[in-house]
Amino acid sequence: MGQSTLQKMEKMDRRWVFLAMAIAVAFPLFFKLGLAPKTTPPVRAFYDYIESLPEGSLVLCSMDYDPGSKAELNPMCLSVLDHLMQRKLRVVVITLWSTAPAMVEGNVNEVCRDKYGRLYGVDYAYLGLKEGREAVMVAMGKSLRRTFPSDFYGTTVDSLPIMNGVENYGQFDVLINVSAGYPGTKEYVQYVTSRFDIPLLSGASAVSVPEYSAYYQSGQLRGLLTGITGAAEYEALINVPGLAITAMDGQTMGHFVIIAFILFGNIVYFMTRRNRGRS
Amino acid sequence: MIVQFFIPHPVVNDIANRLQNWAIIVISFSYVLGSANILRINGELVYRRGSGWPYKLVLVAAFFLMVIPGLLFGIKEGSWANDRLFAYTYTPLASTMYASLAFFIASAAFRAFRIRTWQASVLAITALVVMLGRVPISHLIWDELPGIVDWIMNVPNTVAQRGILIGAALGAIATGLKVILGIERSYLGRD
Repeated sequence: MGQSTLQKMEKMDRRWVFLAMAIAVAFPLFFKLGLAPKTTPPVRAFYDYIESLPEGSLVLCSMDYDPGSKAELNPMCLSVLDHLMQRKLRVVVITLWSTAPAMVEGNVNEVCRDKYGRLYGVDYAYLGLKEGREAVMVAMGKSLRRTFPSDFYGTTVDSLPIMNGVENYGQFDVLINVSAGYPGTKEYVQYVTSRFDIPLLSGASAVSVPEYSAYYQSGQLRGLLTGITGAAEYEALINVPGLAITAMDGQTMGHFVIIAFILFGNIVYFMTRRNRGRS
Repeated sequence: MIVQFFIPHPVVNDIANRLQNWAIIVISFSYVLGSANILRINGELVYRRGSGWPYKLVLVAAFFLMVIPGLLFGIKEGSWANDRLFAYTYTPLASTMYASLAFFIASAAFRAFRIRTWQASVLAITALVVMLGRVPISHLIWDELPGIVDWIMNVPNTVAQRGILIGAALGAIATGLKVILGIERSYLGRD
């Protein structure tokens, strides 16, 4: 291959890369591949922990993500809520991200109210947002009622039957955090799990997982869902195929395109270097 | 706040709780302060027709467009502000920003993952293995691949992450001690 051709390939217009990626991720929209992931141990541990809880157990969910990470974490939020409802657990949902309240409200209504017909205030409650990050996490350990005096709709928490006898983390059987970053799983591990002795399950965006896997290995996290792949594994486990399993096709194609470009870039690089050496 | 860990007395706990509530209030007010700051800085730039003023104008207009309907109609599901502005405008825009990463990562991978040194080859090979191992058909490519990815994540990755976490924690403790003992005073505007 000539030097000029190699140079052209090395300095290929990035729009060709964009086009290849666009075709790859759009391909599954027309031709469904139906790829389902195998269950990994951290996802299995998450699932098993929920399965081990007796019916009626009280679960605190902190859904901390924004619309930017919605594609990755919303399927996770939905499937986790779905599993909690399947198991007939009582769920209190909060969020610490200011851009999340309406989005999380939609998910809670979609699963708890519309799909399973559960009663608000008795089977589930949505307390909405409290700004304050780590301070709120610690404050809930002292008094959840004082931290969240009313729910998302302005109803005082004292009038919600689900909150009867609930004072702090001590009355919850597990804390589940769906986290896109700060404040999220890392802060719950650092400020809450050991201090208030509450088991923590986490679902996080894939970019955070390398950091959180250290917490999973140390036992500070009882289970860990890894990005959209973790959500897809979870959907398969609870037998409710949703957006995450659908997204697996696109993600697989995207990964292959990136791998192909890495290999292509290196082949061109080595050929260019060899030609330069000869000349 | 530190003392309450060592002296679990109601008086100390009460003071700690009070400080925590202050922290929550201060953080909430920081939003108000931040909003006022955005308006002041960008409003001034628009008024003086400073550099990039049309963008600042868009920012200020978008700020009021989100805040005023939110205050008037609420942010609950079904409200005008939530449905029109948040669900149908902000959410797709934020998702688009996030999704565009796929294109930039592909482009960056093509240009940056060149095996020029042995360290770069370790990085590139690890990246390829993890990317292949993270797709649902990884076990069809090679049965051992998911296991290798698990090992990479559980051993080299965790070792490095623990090192970073412990290092960062020690650094934070050292900085905290320096601030408490008055050695570090740069936050007061001094050397």
